[in-house]
Amino acid sequence: MKLDSKVPDGPLAEKWDKHKFDMKVVNPKNKRKFTIIVVGTGLAGGAAAATLGELGYKVKNFCIQDSPRRAHSIAAQGGINAAKNYQNDGDSIWRLFHDTIKGGDYRGREANTYRLAQVSNAIIDQAVAQGVPFAREYGGEFANRSFGGALVSRTFYARGQTGQQLLLGAYSALMRQVNTGRVEMFPRREMVELVIIDGKARGIITRNLITGELERHLGDAVVLGTGGYGMAYYLSTNAINSNATAIWRAHKRGAAFANPCYVQIHPTCIPRSGDYQSKLTLMSESLRNDGRVWVPKKKGDKRHPNDIPEEERDYYLERKYPTFGNMVPRDVASRNAKMVCDEGRGVGDTGLAVYLDFAQAIKDFGRKTIEERYGNLFDMYKEITDEDGYEQPMRIYPAVHYTMGGLWVDYNLMSTIPGLHVIGEANFSDHGANRLGASALMQGLSDGYFVLPATIGDYLGREKLEKVTTDHEAFAEAENAARERIEKLLSIKGNKTPKQFHKELGEILWNYVGMARNEKGLKTALEKIPKLREEFWQNVKVPGTADSLNKHLEFAGRIADYLELAELMATDALHRTESCGGHFREESQTEEGEALRKDDEFTYVAAWEFKELGKWELHKEPLIFENVTLTQRSYK
Amino acid sequence: MEKKTLNIKLKVWRQENKDAKGSFKDYEVKDVNPDMSFLEMLDELNEELILKDEIPIEFDNDCREGICGMCGMVINGTAHGPKSGSTTCEIRMRHFKDGDTILMEPWRAKPFPVLKDLVVDKSAFDRIMAAGGYTSVRTGGVPEARTFLVPHEKAEEAMDMAACIGCGACVAACPNASASLFVGAKVSQFALLPQGRPEAARRVEAMVAQMDEEGFGACSNHGECEAVCPKEISIKAIARMRREYLAASIK
Repeated sequence: MKLDSKVPDGPLAEKWDKHKFDMKVVNPKNKRKFTIIVVGTGLAGGAAAATLGELGYKVKNFCIQDSPRRAHSIAAQGGINAAKNYQNDGDSIWRLFHDTIKGGDYRGREANTYRLAQVSNAIIDQAVAQGVPFAREYGGEFANRSFGGALVSRTFYARGQTGQQLLLGAYSALMRQVNTGRVEMFPRREMVELVIIDGKARGIITRNLITGELERHLGDAVVLGTGGYGMAYYLSTNAINSNATAIWRAHKRGAAFANPCYVQIHPTCIPRSGDYQSKLTLMSESLRNDGRVWVPKKKGDKRHPNDIPEEERDYYLERKYPTFGNMVPRDVASRNAKMVCDEGRGVGDTGLAVYLDFAQAIKDFGRKTIEERYGNLFDMYKEITDEDGYEQPMRIYPAVHYTMGGLWVDYNLMSTIPGLHVIGEANFSDHGANRLGASALMQGLSDGYFVLPATIGDYLGREKLEKVTTDHEAFAEAENAARERIEKLLSIKGNKTPKQFHKELGEILWNYVGMARNEKGLKTALEKIPKLREEFWQNVKVPGTADSLNKHLEFAGRIADYLELAELMATDALHRTESCGGHFREESQTEEGEALRKDDEFTYVAAWEFKELGKWELHKEPLIFENVTLTQRSYK
Repeated sequence: MEKKTLNIKLKVWRQENKDAKGSFKDYEVKDVNPDMSFLEMLDELNEELILKDEIPIEFDNDCREGICGMCGMVINGTAHGPKSGSTTCEIRMRHFKDGDTILMEPWRAKPFPVLKDLVVDKSAFDRIMAAGGYTSVRTGGVPEARTFLVPHEKAEEAMDMAACIGCGACVAACPNASASLFVGAKVSQFALLPQGRPEAARRVEAMVAQMDEEGFGACSNHGECEAVCPKEISIKAIARMRREYLAASIK
């Protein structure tokens, strides 16, 4: 396997324009002769399917839910970044690029990140034209806000539902193409295999989630926009159906997996309350704009927060990072929450929470203003915890939220399997080792609307593809592999439910491949994961049959994949002995406890090639920085 | 602070597939923590059922934070259950009392056929959206975002309408199984914005025609839809849809 990033030559700011000119353009009359398979209907997949349809390609678009409008992009709350500089506060494409590269702790690819910043403005234009009701000032101009670690106000938002509104914009564009007949929708389908013919991605096998039928789909290229793999942790802010199966099956058929250890743990989630918990709920980090984070100075202080006087409180983020204060990037905020809890100063019944306090903001701006800004979040908090955030501080704790790692792609968003393109959270490309707030929506839509539709034409224009049908033996082989796996799962009839295994795996990952990692813990994880996997294949109990709607059979298949993927996450985390972004190795920190990179050793993308179960070969893509100077991040 | 746990009885609609005849089946769930979500209570029951070699209850859900619109069932006769402004997944068990019997049914409406147990097919909504729920713009070929100013109030009102999650509770609650609130919300969002105006007439006609074709009933102003809407969308949406429809017919 050879990694070729295909980053175009020339000055950073001219690369994308030059590349667009150099790429092959498919003759409009020929476009309808190409079928493109797009898996996923979130911001990346939905936008790509819609745009490819507009361009005239034949598109087959798949989603796991009952409708393309449900994809988990819908749950993003805070906003989307763009370098419009409408606020005249000194923003620019260069600044957005620089913030994103720095925020990613210099572990992202310069050219991709610059392109992302360049495209950001067109995304806003697109969304507005679709009727996305972004927040406005009284005079009709856009209301923008500063968000998660940015010193400029570049975030566009639609109340606390920005992801929903952007997704509905993409979904409406998609449905327009469904109406024209250029896009065919396949809801309630799960991709269970990738089909490779002549070394190129040519199709997928899906399971119809209502009838259980395995279906063959042929195309000229395959696009995966299937999201991240945070569900491996069991508890996360992801949706119940979010999963890693599509990317994992592609990985096992030859797509390198890059930086699997880069996981973002979001600082402002509602803490867990019991064993029954099925997910963790995120509250937009915009809350940190006005809320102040603190814990008691004294260990084990069990007083009601309102009874703890000001001088006995430790506003630890403000104390340690006077410039950024409560607005430090997510990884820094999360790690500091863990640190104060590890010191025994955590709050709430479990001691695994810190306070987010609005008393000062309510005093300064009045309760009405705070209600207007965050009312829905306060309501949500009350519904879940039965506590009133206006009357007493909220309790928050970090939770797994986003995965920066994913399938390796080149500048054209193509994986190491020719024809297999990967977009949005499913790829590894734009955020380095940590993603800044309001950048996920930006990347999903950038890939989906603007990058992939251009680059895929180049691939189709250059490649000579064999004429085949779904009777090809590669389809039969892939379908059989999927069928055997399903039958095996149903035949074990053991004593533990799929969920019990999932919880156990999640605990291993959270404890040893979580917010802080060390060699001993990672080695423990690498012992425990294969054992649990072995037990799973001997003792899982999957109810029902293969030929019906069977949610627990779906879960079991996904958990089987997490049990393999988890081992790769730990392997990657063990090999990277530096700290960077979301990956904190306790062995590599500054005297002040900040993440310490080892640029001499680790300025590369770690791309893992699957060899056999539990065995991978590491390939390195060196990261070359021609335009920014690597510095130790400091938010002080 | 130990909270008192609940013992709950359930009467759940079980139906093997689209063509099978369904019936209610009784279950009991013990020691329910009141902080648990309604769906987590069902998760726990399903875990028990699997271990007892019974077939677990199927119900649609995804985000579990009230935004994806996939979940939904009729709980004790009310779509999405006892708390207004909430989806099924947002309901917590503290809204029930120890010893309660909870009746659980799927959405009941002809255009939403039951697929299994509490899972229904809501694809009729997608077809209505495909008929006209968009502005006809192409990726890239659009004006700069500030070309049209949108006053704060209009943007807010459009956002109120755009908040619809497409869950279908409005249809389930309506005695006529009308989809007017769903369609009205989308029509209103676009009608309120300069970007949506050019096609307003064509849009409302196409969406209403598709709504009729799917077999949704007519609106007769019961207002049940507004009462159960988890996003509290006002029936002003329906009034606006009618106005737009009338305007479209007298061009």
